[in-house]
Amino acid sequence: MEALDDAAVDGNAIGGLLMEVFGTEMTTATGICASCGAVSQVAELAVYRPGLGTVARCRSCDAVLMVFVRIREVTCVDLMGLASLT
Amino acid sequence: MSPVSRGFHRKRQEAPAGRVPPGQYVTADFPVLSAGPTPHTPLAKWTFSINGGREPKSWTWEEFRALPSEQLTTDIHCVTRWSKLDTMWEGVSLDVLLGAVDYDVAFALAFSDGGYTTNVPVADLLGGKAWVAYSFGGAPLGAEHGGPARLLVPHLYFWKSAKWVRGLRLVDVDVPGFWENYGYHMYGDPWKEQRYAGD
Amino acid sequence: MEGTAVRGRLTWQTATVRAVTDETPKVRTLTLEVPDWPGHRAGQHVDIRLTADDGYQAERAYSIASAPGEPLALTVERLDDGEVSPYLTEDLRPGDVLEVRGPVGGYFVWEPATGGPLLLAAGGSGVVPLRAILRERSQAGSTVPVRLLYSSRSWEDVIYQTELDVPMDGVQVIHTLTRSQPPMWKGYARRVDAKMLAEVAWTAADGPLAYVCGPTNFVESVAAGLVGLGYPAGRVKTERFGATGQ
Repeated sequence: MEALDDAAVDGNAIGGLLMEVFGTEMTTATGICASCGAVSQVAELAVYRPGLGTVARCRSCDAVLMVFVRIREVTCVDLMGLASLT
Repeated sequence: MSPVSRGFHRKRQEAPAGRVPPGQYVTADFPVLSAGPTPHTPLAKWTFSINGGREPKSWTWEEFRALPSEQLTTDIHCVTRWSKLDTMWEGVSLDVLLGAVDYDVAFALAFSDGGYTTNVPVADLLGGKAWVAYSFGGAPLGAEHGGPARLLVPHLYFWKSAKWVRGLRLVDVDVPGFWENYGYHMYGDPWKEQRYAGD
Repeated sequence: MEGTAVRGRLTWQTATVRAVTDETPKVRTLTLEVPDWPGHRAGQHVDIRLTADDGYQAERAYSIASAPGEPLALTVERLDDGEVSPYLTEDLRPGDVLEVRGPVGGYFVWEPATGGPLLLAAGGSGVVPLRAILRERSQAGSTVPVRLLYSSRSWEDVIYQTELDVPMDGVQVIHTLTRSQPPMWKGYARRVDAKMLAEVAWTAADGPLAYVCGPTNFVESVAAGLVGLGYPAGRVKTERFGATGQ
């Protein structure tokens, strides 16, 4: 039985989504994890897409940094896992 | 209005009404869909806990596996529209687990390794409707599918069947879990197509 | 235009297929025409969206195979169980339309001013954005030294075979074929490992810049291997395509 593993890409894969949400290129933006302080470019975050939404996690500590959920044409954006995004 | 791409159509056809809920297609695969990395908690450290009753209750892996268990065959329905028929599981019924706890609240929040949560009314965990399952298809549940044990609540959309489950927090109000927080339905009955809040 | 950022359009634009080219039995390049295409940088990708006549939509991301200034071209690998890739590689024909958003990406990009020497590591269809980089390098007359380590299942699966076979000044292409090899094959015949990287990659002292692209497992393994050879983590750029068997 083949498992279709859609998980574990990186921030490059959501560049288009980020452009739509933020209005600009974001893969080179720097995020600081609010849990462990790790500094990373968005392109290098661990990104999971289980079909219900998109979850970007800190590669150092796995904390959830960003969540995007699109329901009925509206995208909910949660950045609470980031101490900053610049 | 987006232009139509000639000849493009969804790959999977919806299944005839009756056997699967509305809007679902049948798959022979078992897609691995995760919101985070696969945890690898050693069995020696694994516990299943129920908190929020009169006293907290916890089982080690040995204690959990010594409980009476059941085999069941059931269909499962993912909100991403795939349904898988006649899946075989083995697990401990929540009737057994909740039966060991003294409580008087109506809701539960299941929690998992890695931080995932999902909410289910206690009534939907009782009466032979839910299990903590450790075996799938006759073999130990693989880590990518939620092993060593996952919650199994097949009458609700499968995001409620929390992978890598480690326990329940019993609460007196219905608290939204991880996906419910972002707009997925608090209850999630696939037969009423309750995918999103407001459905 | 060298060195300036090219801002991608935020919204979906209609693209018309101008040409399709089969690269391998499973891989096809689509040349697209997009009115008002803002141009793109080597290494970027686009998101595409297909709409069925019942309104059903599917979106996917594909790396741009062409260099800046060339028409927009995407190279797509057919995944056996896919919903979009079989359509793009088998059904789509010149004159058909789809929607594109982009170009997307500012991290996994290269232009001559970025410098080198370059270590490009490709797993399967991960070669696509790296080929755009090579085309840009040629087009710009750059002399930055390049080594491309390209892992494929078999020789039949090598994309851009002919193009990569043409000697390019300052470019070394090293293939590894992981599942089957043609008779008389003298090259690498296994998955990329630390020993292979040690033999192929620039030494850390050369100050190289690495671009690693392909399935997630490939990228993580190669990136870790390069860091193990002393490459600073900030000099190893990664683009993961998710899990596809190789």
